[in-house]
Amino acid sequence: MAISIDEAVPAPAQAAEDAPAGRRRGGTARRVIEVVLLVALAVAMLFPVLWMLETSIKENRDVYAVPAKFFNFDFTTIHYKDVFVGRDGGRSDLSGSFLNSVIVAGASTILATVLGVPAAWAYSRFTLKAKKDQLFFILSTRFMPPVVVVIPIFLMYRELGLIDSKLGLVLIYAAFNVPFTIWMMKGFVDEVPAEYEDAAMLDGYTRLQAFRKFTLPLLVPGIAATAVFALIFSWNEFVFAIFLTSSQEVRTAPPAIAGLIGGTTVDWGLVAASAVVFALPVLVFAFLVRKHLVAGVTLGAVRR
Amino acid sequence: MGTVAAHGLRKSFGEVQALDGVTLDVPDGSFYVVLGPSGAGKTTTLRAIAGLEQLDEGSVHLDGRDATADTPAARDLAMVFQSYALYPRKTAYENIASPLRARRASSTEISEAVTKVSGLLHIERLLQRRPAQMSGGEMQRVALARALVRRPRAFLMDEPLTNLDLKLRVEMRTELTRIHRSLGGTFVYVTNDQVEALSMADRVAVLREGKVQQVGTPTEVYERPANQWVAGFVGSPRISLLACRAEGDRLVGEQGWTLPRPRWTTARDGHPLMLGLRAEDLSVETRSEASLPGELYGLEPLGDRTVVDVKVGEEMVKVKARPAVSGTPGERLSVAVDLDRAHLFDAETGLALSAPGR
Repeated sequence: MAISIDEAVPAPAQAAEDAPAGRRRGGTARRVIEVVLLVALAVAMLFPVLWMLETSIKENRDVYAVPAKFFNFDFTTIHYKDVFVGRDGGRSDLSGSFLNSVIVAGASTILATVLGVPAAWAYSRFTLKAKKDQLFFILSTRFMPPVVVVIPIFLMYRELGLIDSKLGLVLIYAAFNVPFTIWMMKGFVDEVPAEYEDAAMLDGYTRLQAFRKFTLPLLVPGIAATAVFALIFSWNEFVFAIFLTSSQEVRTAPPAIAGLIGGTTVDWGLVAASAVVFALPVLVFAFLVRKHLVAGVTLGAVRR
Repeated sequence: MGTVAAHGLRKSFGEVQALDGVTLDVPDGSFYVVLGPSGAGKTTTLRAIAGLEQLDEGSVHLDGRDATADTPAARDLAMVFQSYALYPRKTAYENIASPLRARRASSTEISEAVTKVSGLLHIERLLQRRPAQMSGGEMQRVALARALVRRPRAFLMDEPLTNLDLKLRVEMRTELTRIHRSLGGTFVYVTNDQVEALSMADRVAVLREGKVQQVGTPTEVYERPANQWVAGFVGSPRISLLACRAEGDRLVGEQGWTLPRPRWTTARDGHPLMLGLRAEDLSVETRSEASLPGELYGLEPLGDRTVVDVKVGEEMVKVKARPAVSGTPGERLSVAVDLDRAHLFDAETGLALSAPGR
């Protein structure tokens, strides 16, 4: 997932800055080496991103210039226009794919959340037979990489008429996100004392009302974090998207962008610009809910 | 207003038998205390009455009607939780109003009831605060107000004073007794603090390992413990227990002492017994025909009195004495015993030997 790279880079860099006094006493030489290594790592990690950004705003002749132009290139927004506007002046095919991505990722995330949150609550609150085994079974559906199951799913989808439909993608993404939602949300539900619900039931509410009115509001940060992770998975997903869809009307952005590469000539400016447009929503979304995301990642690390 | 009857409650959590046939009959309007050490099943009993715990066996009757299958809401009870369980996002006012809102009371009714109960508990100035802005004692009062705002069949209280500091706890003890007297109503109160039980209760049920050991008034439980365990659990300092057997008209201790045999003792000669002696029924300052030889082990001055630890052979006896008492450890002394107030237990079953006329 894209997020893992973004998080991996700043984390060690920050650790070096906030190094405890004990490590600082270890000598400046060591610290210099640390910083140099981290900078080298950061450059290696971030260079492709930087190059992508630069390519997306270069004139085509600068994109193909040899030797490459780093600084003195001509600025243009034509590639971004090409992402959204077709050659005939109407909507471009890519913009349709982006819309498909929004619909599929959004719907599958909503579906996974609506199904997963109550399930997580039930697994947290009730005594069930073989609860641990059930939870392990649910998690085990995530063990298999998509590419392993894509052929059987393709065959099943063909029988059901779900091939090349947005509904098919929504269902398969939801199926992958529900186990994740259950596991992550169970942690959040565990953190909310069951006694709030007990108290609400004695106040005169039913069990479901107690959950909806008293526990659910306390779960909002957790739901936000979980939903963002689910959204990122659905947004970035490539394997199912390319195997299960074929028409332009259904295709989501990842296979559509990949499809730009492979003709006789590749419009790298357009590829870079669409990649930037593709990456932005996730970054913006993750930024907006960053507090909740950290809560989700570090859940259980700190006892309150 | 409400009677609560639990019959043969059984509940296990995995391997642990939390309730092993608990039967309680709480009369209307009483202050009924369930007393026991932690892990005795007190909270589970209360939660079973509230309908929060699915029972393996047994029934709960409220006002004579079988409520075993009823939801917590339908049982018309109010509960104060040990952790208070105040809703964290809501103000004290909204917390207290919650039971009324759930029952769709009008906002004027709600505001009247909340004002009244907050006056009773002196929490008017807390009403707009959230739980995070309150101290433990304040949260405790708000939790109490949430229960008292309505007139349910019965009030269930799960160790409501345990998380308070000592001074507040003593204060709230008096307060709760006052509230019970002024409001009436049936209180089922769970605690592991025998002082709370003895000072507040009309009736006490002593619980141990999911079984009721004894039910009675505080005086009965203290003066006539049904078995050795209740005798040891209720009373501070702890009752001193000495192994002995009856021989003719004497009680002969394992540690070599002899005492006149109380007339009411029904035990066969030679049957192993335990002699239970409360600290206030012993004296190191008076002489008596019935006395135990021992040596001074230590003094615990407690201000209003001093507890004297006396070693009788290998066993320890606690004696209540005047604060001025003095002595040096190792000093020989004799402990006068008030045999009319002594307790005898069958050492094999632990049950109290009946004492006619007591």
